[in-house]
Amino acid sequence: MPKEHANWSPYDNNGGTCVAIAGSDYCVIAADTRMSTGYSILTREYSKICKLADKSFMASSGFQADVKALQKVLSSRHLIYQHQHNKQMSCPAMAQLLSNTLYYKRFFPYYAFNVLGGLDSEGKGCVFTYDAVGSYERVGYSAQGSGATLITPFLDNQLKSPSPLLLPAKDAVTPLSETEAVDLVKTCFASATERDIYTGDSVEIIILNANGVRRETEQLRRD
Amino acid sequence: MGNVITLMEESVLSTHKAEMDTLLTSKGDSQRTQYPYVTGTSVIGIKYKDGILMAADMGGSYGSTIRYKSVERIKQVGKHSLIGASGEISDFQEILKYLDELILHDNMWDDGNSLGPKEVHNYLTRVMYNRRNKFDPLWNSLVIGGVKNGHKYLGSVSMIGVNFEDDHIATGFGNHLARPILREEWREDLSFEEGVKILEKCMRNLLYRDRSAVNKIQIAKITEEGLTVSQPYSLKTFWNFAAFQNPTVGAEGSW
Repeated sequence: MPKEHANWSPYDNNGGTCVAIAGSDYCVIAADTRMSTGYSILTREYSKICKLADKSFMASSGFQADVKALQKVLSSRHLIYQHQHNKQMSCPAMAQLLSNTLYYKRFFPYYAFNVLGGLDSEGKGCVFTYDAVGSYERVGYSAQGSGATLITPFLDNQLKSPSPLLLPAKDAVTPLSETEAVDLVKTCFASATERDIYTGDSVEIIILNANGVRRETEQLRRD
Repeated sequence: MGNVITLMEESVLSTHKAEMDTLLTSKGDSQRTQYPYVTGTSVIGIKYKDGILMAADMGGSYGSTIRYKSVERIKQVGKHSLIGASGEISDFQEILKYLDELILHDNMWDDGNSLGPKEVHNYLTRVMYNRRNKFDPLWNSLVIGGVKNGHKYLGSVSMIGVNFEDDHIATGFGNHLARPILREEWREDLSFEEGVKILEKCMRNLLYRDRSAVNKIQIAKITEEGLTVSQPYSLKTFWNFAAFQNPTVGAEGSW
């Protein structure tokens, strides 16, 4: 008996863009707040950023239901970690956990494009960038999602990151100040909004440093 | 070594053989939902001053036939919530059974606590997402609204688990035809009459342009005090456009 074809897809792309930039003693994690399906906007005020630990924030775009499930899995794993170790997970540890969680569903992936941002154990900013099945690396900055192709070249130009192939390995963390980095992120989103239909409405920016967490919102074009 | 199967293993194998067969052969695939049969069209929900208003028509279409005209697509859930569904009606009935059990267990705790709309929404999101993971979705788009402890809540879940909350929600065609009206006219402090007027405007728009809409609607209201579902009624429509009087005057022989 010939196999029937399903006429529905278990995946959908709800759009959106995520960016993170690591500084010497801070980290900026940002994502737009638009949620779309096809050519429709579902809502203009949906947060794509999730606090996984005191010093780890994850911004994810892609298929919202998978993103939500992923956030839940990581949050509960972190809670168990806290019960077992009596401390918060470090950002590099969370980075490894996220990679393993994504690869666990290698043959029915979480359609989520993630950037993990936070402070490492030395208080330096760290950003980890992922694909949908868990391959990751630590970088100085990253963009993921529908506007990533528009933002990444701009960030490459402005942040002049050293090649990861250099020896000795040069730190990719930007020498920019915190306010300069936040301003740069706002510029990135304003530009991406112009040309990417899935990016817009507003951008939510999380700034993590030694003093704690700060949250900023900036309005973007709603068309 | 030889084929040594104990008596117990054999009985276990035989009971599970039929089950395993359906999962492994293509016969197993036909057990999964492929397409909807009897469907409901859009549901619209808005927050207003005192709570939530939700509107849906009473149609159940069987493909292109409007087969059922008295389908209640908005139902109460517990003390604080309303659920409206579009999509496969039989799957909605199954969801109502799940919710019935959920509310029953919540009541049996007898601890003065009761599930609010946010909790119901979260539960349904998990149910829908889990069914999607098994490639056997409940073919519905749901709208959950309610008020608990003064907090108004309005959210949506789709058949693949996409969920969000907002001040106004619509499913199906409503997303394209009603949402723009709501984006323009919705305000935080709508009165009940204003809210109904806006919903009627949206439903009328859907009547004109959605072929699976029927002119028999119900509007449900939920506030801190309680819930009311209106009696079914019809909207007034206007067809007296000059171009409809003599439709082929510009091109004889065409429609």
